Amino acid sequence: MNDQQEIPLWEVFIRPRNGLAHRHCGSLHAADATMALQAARDVYTRRGEGQSIWVVPSMQITASDPTQKGENFEAQEDKIYRHPTFYEVPDEVGHM
Amino acid sequence: MDASLHFDCLVRLADDHMILGHRLSEWCGHAPMLEEDLALPNIALDLLGQARILYDHAGKIEGKGRNEDQLAYLRLERDYRNLLLCERPIGDFGHTVLRQFYFASFMGLYWSECQNSNDQILREVAAKAIKECAYHIRHTGEWVIRLGDGTDESHQRMQNAVADLAPYVGEMFHMDETSQQGASAGLIPDVSKLAATWHAQVAPVLAEATLETIEVKPILGGRSGQHGEEMGFLLTDLQFMQRTFPNMTW
Amino acid sequence: MYSQGLIGAKTDSDETPEFLAAFQARIDADEKIEPNDPMPAGYRKTLVRQIGQHAHSEVIGMLPEGNWITRAPTLRRKTALLAKVQDEGGHGLYLYSAAETLGVSRRQMTEELLSGRAKYSSIFNYPTPTWADIGAIGWLVDGAAIMNQIPLCRCSYGPYARAMIRVCKEESFHQRQGFEIMMTLCKGTQAQKDMAQDAFNRWWWPSLMMFGPHDSDSTNSDQSMLWKIKRFTNDELRQKFVDATVPQAEYLGLTIPDKDLKWNPDKNDGRGGYGFGALDWDEFWSVVKGNGQMNRDRIRVKKAGWDNGEWVREAALAHAKKRKARAAVQHAAE
Repeated sequence: MNDQQEIPLWEVFIRPRNGLAHRHCGSLHAADATMALQAARDVYTRRGEGQSIWVVPSMQITASDPTQKGENFEAQEDKIYRHPTFYEVPDEVGHM
Repeated sequence: MDASLHFDCLVRLADDHMILGHRLSEWCGHAPMLEEDLALPNIALDLLGQARILYDHAGKIEGKGRNEDQLAYLRLERDYRNLLLCERPIGDFGHTVLRQFYFASFMGLYWSECQNSNDQILREVAAKAIKECAYHIRHTGEWVIRLGDGTDESHQRMQNAVADLAPYVGEMFHMDETSQQGASAGLIPDVSKLAATWHAQVAPVLAEATLETIEVKPILGGRSGQHGEEMGFLLTDLQFMQRTFPNMTW
Repeated sequence: MYSQGLIGAKTDSDETPEFLAAFQARIDADEKIEPNDPMPAGYRKTLVRQIGQHAHSEVIGMLPEGNWITRAPTLRRKTALLAKVQDEGGHGLYLYSAAETLGVSRRQMTEELLSGRAKYSSIFNYPTPTWADIGAIGWLVDGAAIMNQIPLCRCSYGPYARAMIRVCKEESFHQRQGFEIMMTLCKGTQAQKDMAQDAFNRWWWPSLMMFGPHDSDSTNSDQSMLWKIKRFTNDELRQKFVDATVPQAEYLGLTIPDKDLKWNPDKNDGRGGYGFGALDWDEFWSVVKGNGQMNRDRIRVKKAGWDNGEWVREAALAHAKKRKARAAVQHAAE
């Protein structure tokens, strides 16, 4: 059984209901996209958890490198002027 | 409508679903891949769900106080009226998906016609079952294609399954006295009229699966309670508890 | 889950004291560790083994109960049991997925299981000769499993914690299903009551053993606690289980097969708890080492299922390849 190829891995994304984004919920193995979609339906929506399913071959996902976490994300931490609380508006002006 | 005719028609349908659901449930834990360990029970649960409503309804029509379990578990073999197709052993995975594809394709048409039944419960079951059937057809049809047009071995196995099941196709469309009366009364569809559409729907899938269709003289018997050798073993399992410990609540 | 390519790359190359301390600091700050994050080799190894064993337990666990699907006494019980055993397959699948984020494939894990190298919970090596065993498993074994699993929802490894949240959500019906079966038997005829007591006698001690060896004999416990892979000790969870289950057994009118079982007001820091007799650890280790009644049968059956499915998996891959090739030809022609 060692010489047999592994059935590819797929990532599953489910939209719980309309109005919400698809959300990663797990993975599964399937030989082709149709099989992956059906397996996702059978595995991840047994309790009516979904309105729509996306499946993506895991190999097709490009992930950011965790060793570049600093350069990627830390540079944003001090840009507080991007957040509304940085600006002062007097209380009597009301909600803005 | 005559209550006993009404009852007979409902029990046939219930038996088809219960017996096939029972067979399908045998796969749970033994499927070729974990994903399919989940897929097959989903189909089985749909079938068992339909069977339960139908038994319950049949029991009320009969009016003798028999509930779903008394009907499902406590009849003699000759009183089970399922299609022989449904009781056949599961065979290999290819055999199982082909049988399911045949039956779901049949029931898809059957339920669709049932929307015009004069039995309100049957119409309600049909409305839900149509959607369930559509998925069963798609899921098992995809497997038939994959396995038929897969490797040499899988092709050969599927071609064998086509031959194994060929004698049991005809019974789905066979009209006996009960089915004729049921159809005339507006309760159930005339199944003989579904045959052409069924063949037209199944043929392209078999063709894509590179499988040759085989037509042989139908073997009948299920509708009159004349079962194959495998039925006794199935009932031995199914009825074990109810027969060993009679009149108890579980 | 996530890109498999990065996993295993360079994360365990430099385990300097500074690296280990920085990792521990993240854990101590209750930060979740995600698949591509640097992690000590030991952390990865422990997780692969634990999640793998957990997945195997779910998948092997399908067999003792699956055994009763065709013989379930009513249609209601049959559908519930089928849905439950199916759920276990799902839980195995979620857990294999979580382990796969650590760079080990489901295929590798399956091979380890079928060759007998991988362990799984020894509870599933006990037989299920009667219908009452299905009740006892749901009530006791799933009850013990839930107790083990709820803390794992807060495990430091993100994918494992997320899988456990899903598992726990789905499992809430399993224990109730089992308890309901037991309750029906205990309210039934003498034959049913006897069946329930008999099953209870057989499953009580093995259920207590599910929590693993005593803390003093548990080799990997300390490091796992430190890494927050494990959040309570074996003995803490076992005590919690006994305290929760004894009143339920009393409600059912079942006799607990332990003459040393007694309320002890000093337990649980003076809040009180049940004292109980010594567990038969010889039996525990014998079953763990493969000499339980059903060890060999479980693996044989699982292997038969896998081997019988080989042609199906091969065909699915072959067909996918053909389809791809045809699509490429069609694409080139356009």
